[in-house]
Amino acid sequence: MAPVATPFFFYLLSGLALISGILVITRRNPVHSALALILTLLALAGIYLMLYAPFVAGVQIILYAGGIMVLFLFVIMLVNVGRAEKERQFNKQWLLAIAATVGLGIVFVRVFTSSQTLTELLKRPLAQLPETSNTQQVGFSLYGQYMLAFEIASLLLLVAIVGAVVMAKKRI
Amino acid sequence: MSGLPQTADYVRILPELVLSIFGIVVMLLEPLFDERRSQRTLGSIALIGSLVAIMASVFQAQNPGFAFWNMVRVDGFSVFFHVLVTTIAAVVILTSYEYMSVQRIRAGEYYGLILFGTVGMCLMSSAVELVLIFIALEISSISTYILAGFRRREAASSEASLKYFLLGSFATAFFLYGVALMFGATGSTNIDKISPALEQSTVPPLAYLAVALMFVGLGFKVASAPFHIWTPDVYEGAPAPIVGFMSTAPKAAAFAVLLRILFEANAPGRFWLIWFSAVLSMCLGNLGALVQTNVKRLLAYSSIAHAGYLLVAFAAAPEVGVSAAMFYTAAYAAMNVGAFAVISHFANAGEKYVTLDDYAGLGRRSPVLAATLTIFLLSLIGIPATGGFFAKFYVFSAALKADLVGLTIIGVINSAVAAYYYLRIIVVMYMRESREEIPVRGIPLGLGTALVVSLAATIYLGVLPGRVLDYALASANQLMQTPASAAAATVNPGR
Repeated sequence: MAPVATPFFFYLLSGLALISGILVITRRNPVHSALALILTLLALAGIYLMLYAPFVAGVQIILYAGGIMVLFLFVIMLVNVGRAEKERQFNKQWLLAIAATVGLGIVFVRVFTSSQTLTELLKRPLAQLPETSNTQQVGFSLYGQYMLAFEIASLLLLVAIVGAVVMAKKRI
Repeated sequence: MSGLPQTADYVRILPELVLSIFGIVVMLLEPLFDERRSQRTLGSIALIGSLVAIMASVFQAQNPGFAFWNMVRVDGFSVFFHVLVTTIAAVVILTSYEYMSVQRIRAGEYYGLILFGTVGMCLMSSAVELVLIFIALEISSISTYILAGFRRREAASSEASLKYFLLGSFATAFFLYGVALMFGATGSTNIDKISPALEQSTVPPLAYLAVALMFVGLGFKVASAPFHIWTPDVYEGAPAPIVGFMSTAPKAAAFAVLLRILFEANAPGRFWLIWFSAVLSMCLGNLGALVQTNVKRLLAYSSIAHAGYLLVAFAAAPEVGVSAAMFYTAAYAAMNVGAFAVISHFANAGEKYVTLDDYAGLGRRSPVLAATLTIFLLSLIGIPATGGFFAKFYVFSAALKADLVGLTIIGVINSAVAAYYYLRIIVVMYMRESREEIPVRGIPLGLGTALVVSLAATIYLGVLPGRVLDYALASANQLMQTPASAAAATVNPGR
């Protein structure tokens, strides 16, 4: 396959994801935050496409940018936006948080760019690109090797549903 | 790789299947009964479910091996934690009987969530695939988040649930990021494939980062410093029987995962990570506990300190350290579940009586209850003839064998400091007169059974620790002896 994963597109998409991600937490109006979040999610979907994972990209758009965002917007409609705008947005520890984030960021950048890591990763392509279509491959591994994880996820969902009901209802 | 799972596959997840089925049955039957009847009936069904699961775990031991295409590994190690976690669940269900009728909690969701959470914890101890471990971890965590908020009339309980949920999700994200980086560094998420990849002479730096991130996630679950901030608030707000549950069962399961990741997968750079977390947990936990006046908060800080002692075992040499850690989780579970059973009985409706002053004069008003609590507290200190003594003894002797003199000294000093606040409770119970008469009810059958079981376990581990320790040692050896690491151990000795 011809490489779509050129550095230009990577930096474009990740820059987009980062900037809109920052907008999500700095906007005062929650609707603006939600819209910025959609942009982040779409940019991530683009990165998945660059990694030859069309299925994950599709799921990202349908589930996150589609379904979950609709839920978010519904919740925002239910809360009092006017009051939320007047509240203080950051607590007193934001300087400390930025320092910690920058520190962690430096560690990550150093690890990822350390010559050893890059050469190691380039030497052996870790994930084999699928011969057949990506979606088919995902299906095979979900119902084959990862069957137990796939099935047990239903228990996770059940627990989450029960939890939501217990938390939300006044009288069960 | 393909095809359908065989019968043997299902046998190797039998306890999980049993628990899930009983959990679903409990939830389906709930609408058929009114409140009082449902508490009794559903509690009994849940109890039977956990007892059957214990038997299933023991039965499973005769059938060790991999299942579901190397996703699950049943070995002595996993059976040990299965039996431990399901026993804790059974005892906590027994403790809950009385508490629920006093607090008027609807039983279906409560017992259902305990059983479902136990499924997650069981699976955590037998899963050898990081993706499956993650899902199991989430099942266990989400169940405990909700259970923490079950005192629905109290603001503190909702606060506990929400805090636990937010911080816990944050911590799980760290774990997941670690899994992703581990996949990047080794090309696999299966522990048996990760371990040979990490035994090469040059370990990619990415793997260190991955191990550190996974340690953050699991460190939160076991409440080890510096990821312990949530513990006091959550333990104070959550229902007392549930605190007994979540301070032992999810912790034991998370320690099992940590043991698998650090030792079976041969994680690089683990030593200093564990060392710092152990020292911080012991010191912060014990210092924090010194100034507490709420007994639940006090035991929360004590559980942080105990996570620290356990991590000392992690820092020691593999086989001995792993077996010491396994023994410690069992002994800690016995005494802590028991202590919280007493606390939940004494706290009364609305958990009114949980401060140290309320315990004044308990020795006179209810000698049996006070004596039981005293034994659990003595075990938490580590007095000989209790499980806590041998637990600490094995941990520190393992650390000394590995030449960790500094760590051992810090640990021993800390256990001496810890004696102060445990003894303070005992002194208050026996030597101070109560200012107001706090009614103490008789001990009902369920709670009595729970107390007898945890007392018996505490004393058994303190008098005859041999069998459990031998079993732990054998399964620790088994854990280390994956073919790849056995070959590498000769090339690359030491940590």
